[in-house]
Amino acid sequence: MSSAILAIELAYWQQTVLRALLGLVAVLLPAGTLVYLFLFKMMSFMQSRLGPMETGPYGSLQLLAEVGKFLQKEDLIPAAADRVVFKLAPFVVLISTFLLVLVIPAGPDLWFIDIDTGIFLALAVSSISVIGILMAGWASASKYSLIGGLRAAGQLVAYELPLVLAVMGVVIQAGTLNVQGIVMAQASGEIFGWGGIGNPFILTQFVGFAIFLIAVQAELTQPPFDMPVAESELVTGYLTEYSGLRFLMFFIGEFATAGIFSALAATMFLGGWYVPGLDPTDNLFNVIGPLVLIGKMVLVAFLIFWFRFTYPRFREDQLQQLAWKFLIPLSLVNIVATGVLKVVF
Amino acid sequence: MTDVSNRNQLAYIAAQASDARVNVEFETEGMTLNLGPQHPATHGTLRVIVKLDGERVLRADPMMGYMHRGYEKLAEVRTYPQVTALVNRIDWLGSFANEVPFILAAEQLMEVEAPPRAQWIRTILFELSRISNVILFLGDMGVQLGAVTPVFFAFRDREFVLNQIEAVTGGRFHPNFDRIGGLKDDIPRGWIEETTGVLGRIRTFCDEMEDLVTGNEIFQARTRGIGVIPPEVGLAYGLSGANIRASGVDWDLRRDGGVGLAHDQVDWKVWTHPDGDSFSRYWVRLQEVREACGIIEQLLGGIPSGPVMAKVPRIIKVPAGEAYVETENPLGVMGYYVVSKGDLVPFRVKIRSASFSNISITPWVLEGTYVPDVVSILASLYFILGDIDR
Repeated sequence: MSSAILAIELAYWQQTVLRALLGLVAVLLPAGTLVYLFLFKMMSFMQSRLGPMETGPYGSLQLLAEVGKFLQKEDLIPAAADRVVFKLAPFVVLISTFLLVLVIPAGPDLWFIDIDTGIFLALAVSSISVIGILMAGWASASKYSLIGGLRAAGQLVAYELPLVLAVMGVVIQAGTLNVQGIVMAQASGEIFGWGGIGNPFILTQFVGFAIFLIAVQAELTQPPFDMPVAESELVTGYLTEYSGLRFLMFFIGEFATAGIFSALAATMFLGGWYVPGLDPTDNLFNVIGPLVLIGKMVLVAFLIFWFRFTYPRFREDQLQQLAWKFLIPLSLVNIVATGVLKVVF
Repeated sequence: MTDVSNRNQLAYIAAQASDARVNVEFETEGMTLNLGPQHPATHGTLRVIVKLDGERVLRADPMMGYMHRGYEKLAEVRTYPQVTALVNRIDWLGSFANEVPFILAAEQLMEVEAPPRAQWIRTILFELSRISNVILFLGDMGVQLGAVTPVFFAFRDREFVLNQIEAVTGGRFHPNFDRIGGLKDDIPRGWIEETTGVLGRIRTFCDEMEDLVTGNEIFQARTRGIGVIPPEVGLAYGLSGANIRASGVDWDLRRDGGVGLAHDQVDWKVWTHPDGDSFSRYWVRLQEVREACGIIEQLLGGIPSGPVMAKVPRIIKVPAGEAYVETENPLGVMGYYVVSKGDLVPFRVKIRSASFSNISITPWVLEGTYVPDVVSILASLYFILGDIDR
């Protein structure tokens, strides 16, 4: 990590412990921020109520109370459930979240792994969660869970494609799969020879940005794409039989993934940790980079949650139609257009 | 029969048998899904047994009776004034409207008529309870389709209506205010102005719902052309209220019934929609809330002066006879068939409640739909469990 910059030599095990702790922070911090900021507060204000107010100033400690409550609950497993798979499913979902956070840089030297196929890795590990959800749906031995799990599998597989294709435009424009490379390309880019604010790819890839956000919404199974957990018909879909800590893990998984996908979108389309007007190789960014990234992440997450609280949900077939008949052709057109323009300019 | 032919025959039989076995193995079996009795979609204890092939509904049977409270039988051991406290609980969201047809039937038997002022206030409260009932539907439909926000708006604005009902009757949910021959009390001072203000809020709420729900593309995709009920089928199943008006049948007992309420004194319109789908049922109810606001506003402007109670004996004994009165309640047509033997208590009370008839169409309308549409169609038919089971 930052060992070279700070001129501190760390043993391998020390680095590993440090990375594990930072990884935990990087997953839990966005999850907590989003739950408090959006699920508790913004949703309440949109629905003309106050939300939690009693626990701490403006209910800011409500999250701790909720976690404490979940930890106290009994870990119920249905008698007919496939016990091993049932217990394993939330871990599989969380693993996908933890692997996803690895590739996102928070500064010129602040990131977990430096690989040239960063975006590819992120998109690949994000689809591991499908397996976890399918496991949960099948192992619960409940009809609601089964229907929910199958719906989730169909939906996540369908929206994997627009997600990947939307990113393709960015990759073409940046000329690299390396996430740090994409940030640098945006930081050092120029708009018709004017390099004042770099070239955040949202200006050219706005179609890709929109498709990416829609696909992320579907990957998170949030409204309007929450058919798998549709609480008015399937109780809560594949989550129905889960309680206590395991439910909490699914919950953290959902919101942490929301945060990390938002950070990924911020990195690819909004310039990541970079602030226009400064030198991107400046050491300063190792300090303010994480804050800038979180700020942009919250901005993107706001869009996601705004849709979540406003829209009713699609039906399963309408959802598939949107993916296959609209988003995928549109993203293909976007790729072609990006390729042509890349060659022309 | 030689050995060879016998062997061929055996082989043939074996092949047939294995074929049959394979066919049995590949034949998929439907899944039976119990929606309810405890299920978020039924807001109460209705159980819908759904036979599924994949997500397609092969058959759906509503099972009711999980909340049966025996009001018809209980009414036989209550004196006439006591019955109103009971029937409040039938449709618990628009409780005052439940009392009105019973009281009207009893008045018919006793041959008394409420004074005009009582009739007007009765009509105002009747329409207020319609608003408080139906705006909850307008929000709840969003919840059933996955949008949680509208229902909070509905609860917020219903509060103002309930406050107005409470100001007159003293009860928010169960007013028990209607009396044979009039009303328990007059309206308090300043109530008319306050109610006019509340009506403005309800109109704003209707505009909000138009923006937030009916104007939403996903809502339209989920409800337009879903759960279509043709008028003749709806009439055959005994649908009433907004459900049948959404199928294009222009029938409203407030206009056509001619019972002792003041609806004929004011200027209003019966809304219908030609489509008969879930969307039109929502749309018609939305318009009816607006129309109810108009009715109340006009009534508030011209409440006649005079007493609110006719001359009735202190101990009410209803002369022998039979009467059936039905009114256009928030959920549809509600009627009471009251048989009296000249006693303190009714001999028999038969309650015709709207939701009981309205959900009888569910096996017909749900067949061949998908599971998500089951929820939206049930929500759009709008039943209250107390109104089904009584």
